[in-house]
Amino acid sequence: MDDLRIAILDYVRREYLEEDDERTLSPTTRLISGGIVDSFSMVSLKRFLERKYDVKIPDADASPEAFDTVDSIAALVERLAAVKA
Amino acid sequence: MGNGEEVGTAILEAAGAVARPPNIGSWEEAGRGFDWVLAERELGWGRGDPVNIGWNLSDRICRRGLAQKTALFWEGAEGQERKYTFDDLRVLSNTVAAWLSAKGVNPGERVCLFLDRVPELYLAFVGILKLGAVVQPLFSAFGEESLATRLLDAGTCCVITQRKHLPKVRRARAQLPGLRLVVVVDAGDARLGEGEVALELDAAPRVEEYEVFPAGPETPSVLHYTSGTTGQPKGAQHVHRSLVSQYLTTRWVLDLNEDDVYWCNADPGWVTGTSYGIIGPWACGATQVVLDAGFGAERWYAFLEKRRVTVWYSAPTAIRLLMKEGLAPVRRHDLSALRHLASVGEPLNPEAVHWSREALGLPFHDTFWQTETGCIVVSNYPGMPIKAGSMGRPFPGITAAILDLKTFEPLSEPGRVGMIGLRPGWPSMIRGYWNNPAGYAKKFANGWYLTGDRGTFDADGYFWFIGRDDDVINTGGHLVGPFEVESALLEHPAVAESAAVAKPDPVNMEVVKAFVTLKPGHEASPDLELEIMNFVRKRLSPIAMPQEIAFVPSLPRTRSGKIVRRVLRAQEFGEPLGDVSTLMED
Repeated sequence: MDDLRIAILDYVRREYLEEDDERTLSPTTRLISGGIVDSFSMVSLKRFLERKYDVKIPDADASPEAFDTVDSIAALVERLAAVKA
Repeated sequence: MGNGEEVGTAILEAAGAVARPPNIGSWEEAGRGFDWVLAERELGWGRGDPVNIGWNLSDRICRRGLAQKTALFWEGAEGQERKYTFDDLRVLSNTVAAWLSAKGVNPGERVCLFLDRVPELYLAFVGILKLGAVVQPLFSAFGEESLATRLLDAGTCCVITQRKHLPKVRRARAQLPGLRLVVVVDAGDARLGEGEVALELDAAPRVEEYEVFPAGPETPSVLHYTSGTTGQPKGAQHVHRSLVSQYLTTRWVLDLNEDDVYWCNADPGWVTGTSYGIIGPWACGATQVVLDAGFGAERWYAFLEKRRVTVWYSAPTAIRLLMKEGLAPVRRHDLSALRHLASVGEPLNPEAVHWSREALGLPFHDTFWQTETGCIVVSNYPGMPIKAGSMGRPFPGITAAILDLKTFEPLSEPGRVGMIGLRPGWPSMIRGYWNNPAGYAKKFANGWYLTGDRGTFDADGYFWFIGRDDDVINTGGHLVGPFEVESALLEHPAVAESAAVAKPDPVNMEVVKAFVTLKPGHEASPDLELEIMNFVRKRLSPIAMPQEIAFVPSLPRTRSGKIVRRVLRAQEFGEPLGDVSTLMED
């Protein structure tokens, strides 16, 4: 797993799960449709990504589908970072 | 949502074709000589059958010959499935009632359901009512502070929860001397502490016969907490007689019959999820399907298709999220079983009605009501022409009016803006706020119940929503009280002062925006903004989390020092600031 995915997974675990939650998270775990991150909390996740990776995520790209897995989030961040570069 | 101008230009649309005559018949005829006794007769109350809602949702349906019909089909986030017949519902709710009684829970005491949308939530809801206790459902995404505030106010004696929410309950419990019992429905091998007990309902000895508590029509049934402009959330106290109007509105507005498969998107932590996600549909003998998963267009369409859902009650925020995904996902599914759609929570914009016609072949019917009303009070009905963007017309037997904002006299001229008022007296109107008679009294003026919403009516008697008349924030159909958010913000070590207001949002209608001043030694930064957002989310809930925080040098105040939210709100909506002569100058 690359650093980007590890960092997002760490953030999700830290911010959205209780300390003793035993669920295993992977880059393909369903976050939104799986009920781990709700659509309101998605805003704080979006804000975290924008801060940490210095990208601007347009509202049109911040859909529940795009934020549903760490893999899809990482792909979105990578695409936006590449456009910026 | 509409204003006077939109009323004049609204497009009159014909309602979607329905395969059979709607249950309501015609709205005009249904209103002539209307009497709620009609519903009481259908429920068999004239024969002396029990009034207890729990009995009516389970035993009565079994007695009608539907014992082996599916009452609940449940699908979890990971695709797990569970199914319960009406006889299972009858027996398992008996089991909950007998088990709680044996643990010392008494009729009249408050029992909180702090659960995701798992089957135990629905089964226990019915069981608690059978015991004669008061059900207090709370949204499981609430943080410990939101939870503690509501449990403390209600003097709750028992919380039924899941393992994943146990840490929050344990942290809240320190503030709750009256909380005697914490029940964990999926404890497994978890180590439970003092006062914590496991109840694995599917494995518990089934209680075939149970003597249901002989509730009267005015016996308290459900306690939902709702937010206002001032103070902490208030407990809206419903009674067993609410069933009468919840049953009839389900029949006439949602058009439910016992052969329907029905999906209500609302979480039972909110009133829609109990009035129309438990009570109404089961009182009609309909099969309910529940998807305990977050939003996902593909997942939702697949669920509608797989379960052959016929009637769907959703919300504008969800519909707008589906609209964002375009038509391609919906085209991949056979949704031909759908025959009626309705929406609640916030005004349904005309675009959503037009989109649903194109995408689903049916219009969404907007419905309007509140936690306090207990049932739908203004609505678009099957068979009645829809004016896209309108709230519709009052339910037969309910008198609604637009009231002058100063005198609270009904306005007779169409198109004028006033407060939406309702004549009290329908069966599911709350009987008070828990421990707060003064707060309840403030909801009435000149013999009208004041909804706190502004609206207009047109020449055809259709009502149109304009906006809130107070500072309450309606986000995604949920009401958030600014006071609660501001109090949580002040608990953050960097925050000196705070104000929370609504900000317009294309998906959620409104979201929470906070304005804060910082204490000396703290500097505004994006990192601090994110930290405060997460702080409020964990203490209160994701819904109450400010989606934006503005760091400001000072907040607008009156000369007496009171923070003036309306100025901040007007700025966000691009509206005139109004009278600012009483504000303190910087």
